[in-house]
Amino acid sequence: MSKITLENLSHSYLKTQNIDADWALRNINIDWKDGGAYALLGPSGCGKTTLLNIISGLLTPTKGKVLFNDEDVTDKNPVERNIAQIFQFPVIYDTMTVYDNLAFPLKNRGISETEIKSKVEEMAEMLELTSTLHNRASGLTADGKQKISLGRGLVRSDVNVIMFDEPLTVIDPHLKWVLRSKLKELHQRISRTMIYVTHDQTEALTFADQVVVMHEGQIVQTGTPVELFEKPKHTFVGHFIGSPGMNILPCKIQNGKAMVNGNVIETENDFKNKNFTKTEIGVRPEFIKFDSSGLPVKINKVSNTGRYNVVDTECEGGKLKILSPVTSKIPSGSAFVKFDKKRTFAYGDSWIIE
Amino acid sequence: MSLELKNVEKKVGQDTYIYTTNLKFEKNTINILLGSTLAGKTTLMQIMAGLDKPTSGEIWFDDQNVTGTKVQNRNVSMVYQQFINYPNFTVYENISSPLKIAGVNSEEIKERVGKVAELLKLSDMLNKKPMELSGGQQQRTALARALVKDSDLILLDEPLANLDFKLREELREELPKLFENRDCIVVYATTEPSDALLIGGNTVTLNEGRVVQYGKTLDVYTKPNSLESAQVFSDPPMNFADVKKTGSTISFSDNSVKWETKSKLKDGSYTIGVRPHNITTYKEGSSVEINAKILISELSGSESLIHFTNGELNWVSLSSGTYQMKVGDSAKLFMNTDELLYFDESKRLVSNV
Repeated sequence: MSKITLENLSHSYLKTQNIDADWALRNINIDWKDGGAYALLGPSGCGKTTLLNIISGLLTPTKGKVLFNDEDVTDKNPVERNIAQIFQFPVIYDTMTVYDNLAFPLKNRGISETEIKSKVEEMAEMLELTSTLHNRASGLTADGKQKISLGRGLVRSDVNVIMFDEPLTVIDPHLKWVLRSKLKELHQRISRTMIYVTHDQTEALTFADQVVVMHEGQIVQTGTPVELFEKPKHTFVGHFIGSPGMNILPCKIQNGKAMVNGNVIETENDFKNKNFTKTEIGVRPEFIKFDSSGLPVKINKVSNTGRYNVVDTECEGGKLKILSPVTSKIPSGSAFVKFDKKRTFAYGDSWIIE
Repeated sequence: MSLELKNVEKKVGQDTYIYTTNLKFEKNTINILLGSTLAGKTTLMQIMAGLDKPTSGEIWFDDQNVTGTKVQNRNVSMVYQQFINYPNFTVYENISSPLKIAGVNSEEIKERVGKVAELLKLSDMLNKKPMELSGGQQQRTALARALVKDSDLILLDEPLANLDFKLREELREELPKLFENRDCIVVYATTEPSDALLIGGNTVTLNEGRVVQYGKTLDVYTKPNSLESAQVFSDPPMNFADVKKTGSTISFSDNSVKWETKSKLKDGSYTIGVRPHNITTYKEGSSVEINAKILISELSGSESLIHFTNGELNWVSLSSGTYQMKVGDSAKLFMNTDELLYFDESKRLVSNV
C-alpha cells in the first residue's frame, strides 16, 4: 500500500514540442493518500490512459517524477513497482478453474498452499464466486470473467496500488450496478489505494472519494463528487459532469455585473480588476426554475424521462436546458426563468472567476 | 409503409434464439429493442434486414412478403456497435458509396452527401480518412452512410455503445431529429433503459428471446405489463418485495412495513415493484417508513444512491441531494406508496398505484 505523488509531470509522444497541443500531458501534480479511492475522469484523448501508463511504469514521462511513499520510482519498471492492473476486457486463463485463476498471482510469489487457499476462498466469498470456484473459467459469463479479473487484482495484499482501466465497459447495465457496488464494498473492506480510470461520470463519482477531471492533457479540477457538481472550476467540468451538463451562455461583464443580452444574472463572483477575452455564465439544469419574472425564454421541447422532464428552452443568449420534476407544471410557449444565485457562476476564459 | 413480423421463430440446432414473435412497426416511427446481452436483439434485427432467415414465420414489408428476399434486394441500412467504414476511402467517399453503387449521378451525390454531412456535423471532415477521426466522428460517418440512401428501414444495433458517455448523450439527442422528416422505419437496439427514455418512440422489451411488451416508450416504463418487463426497463434495478393485502391494509410478508390503501385490489398476496427514486431520505407523496441497514452509500453529484437491507430484502434507494451514510448504520427511509407497481402471483401487472 502506498501514497502516490506525481510531481510536475509532462509527457509528449513527439521529439520536439512547440505548442501546448504537442503535449499529451501538461504539468500534472497529484497527491494521492494511502488507501484512498480515486478516479481519473475524462473523454477519450484527454490523457488519462497516458497518465495511467506512467503510474504503472509502462511509459517514462518526458518531464517530472512519480513517487511511491516519497520514493522516486520514475525509472523503475512495472514489476519493480508492484502494481495490480485490471483492464477493460477480462484477462483470464480459460483452461484453468476459477480457483486456479485467483491463486495464480499468489503462486507466482511462492506463497504457501494454506495461505493461498484461505485468501482465494475469502476473495471468492466477497465476489460471490464460491459456488463456481472449481468450474472452468471458460464457462463463465462476461461479468463472471470480469469478476475473476477483479479478484486476481485484489487478492494480493502486497501491491502498492490497484488500477482499474474502464473495467465495466463490457458489462450490461444491471450487472454494472452489482459490480460497481461490490468494488466500493471491497475498497471499504481492504482499504488499498485504488485508481479508477473512466469516461463514465456515474462510475467515477459513485466509486471515488476524490475525482480528477482531465481535459486536453491538463487537470481541470480535483474534488469530491459534490464539489464537482456544485461548483465546477472550469466550464469543461460543468459540461462533462451532470446529465444533461451545465448550461453555458456567453455574457458581458459591465459595472461589476454579469449580463446576458441586457439581463443581469446574479452571481457571487468577484469581477474587480479582472480582464478576459471570453466571459460566460454557467448554471446547471437542476438550478433553474420557472418564475413570474426573470430571464425570458421560449420553450422548445419537453421530454419526460420517467423521473423528471428535460425542458429544452432558448433565451436570447442561447439554448438552456432545465430539469423539472414530472409532478410540476411546465408553462408552454414563452416563460421566465430564474437561476439559483448560489449555484450560478461566471467564467473567464473557461475558468471560474474568483 | 410498415414492417411486420408474423409468427417469426428462430432456432439454431436445439436452441431457440427467438420464440414466436409478432410485431408491427409503422412508418415514421423509432422502435427501441430493449434487453440485456443475449436477449435476441441482434438476431431479430438480422431477420428484419434479411441477413438471416427465420426458422418459421414471415416478414412483410407493406403488402409484400419479403421473407426470402436477400438484404441486397431490400432497401435497408444498418449501423453496428463497431464503427464500420472503408479505411482507405475519405469520409466523402464513405458516405457516397451506397449512392455510387445505386448509380446516382455525381451532381446529386454531391448535394445529398453535403446535406447529410451538415446534419451530422461532418462538413469539415469530408476529405479525411476514418482513422484520422475520433470515435464519435467515425460513428457519425457510418450513420451518414446509412442516412444518405433514403432507406425504408434503418437498423441501428447499439450504435452508441462504443462511444464516450458525453458523446453518447449528444448523439442520442440528435438521433430522433435526424429521422424526423423521413419516410422510414427506424429500429434501435440497446441495453440501456436511459437510451429508450431519452429517444422516446416505441419500446419493445425483450428477455431471453421473447418479446415481453411492446408499446409507447413512456407507457411501457410507467405500466410494465409484467415483472419481467419492469426488470428489463429499470436502471438502477427495480426493488421487489412480497406483500399481503388484507382489507385496506398492505403489509410486507414479514410485517415490518405496513400502509393503508384505497386500492380495489382483492385481498391476497402480491409482489410490489418500487423504483429506486421512490425510496428516499425525505417524505414524498403518501410515504411509509422503512428501517434500513446501510450497505453502501454512493454520491453521483446531485443525487445519493443508498444500498440497504431490510430483513431479507436487498434494495437500492435514490434521493435528490447529497446524503452520506455510514456502512452498517441504521437509517429511516421513506417509500412513496403512491408510486408502486403491484404484480399478481403469475407476475403480471395488476395495478400501478
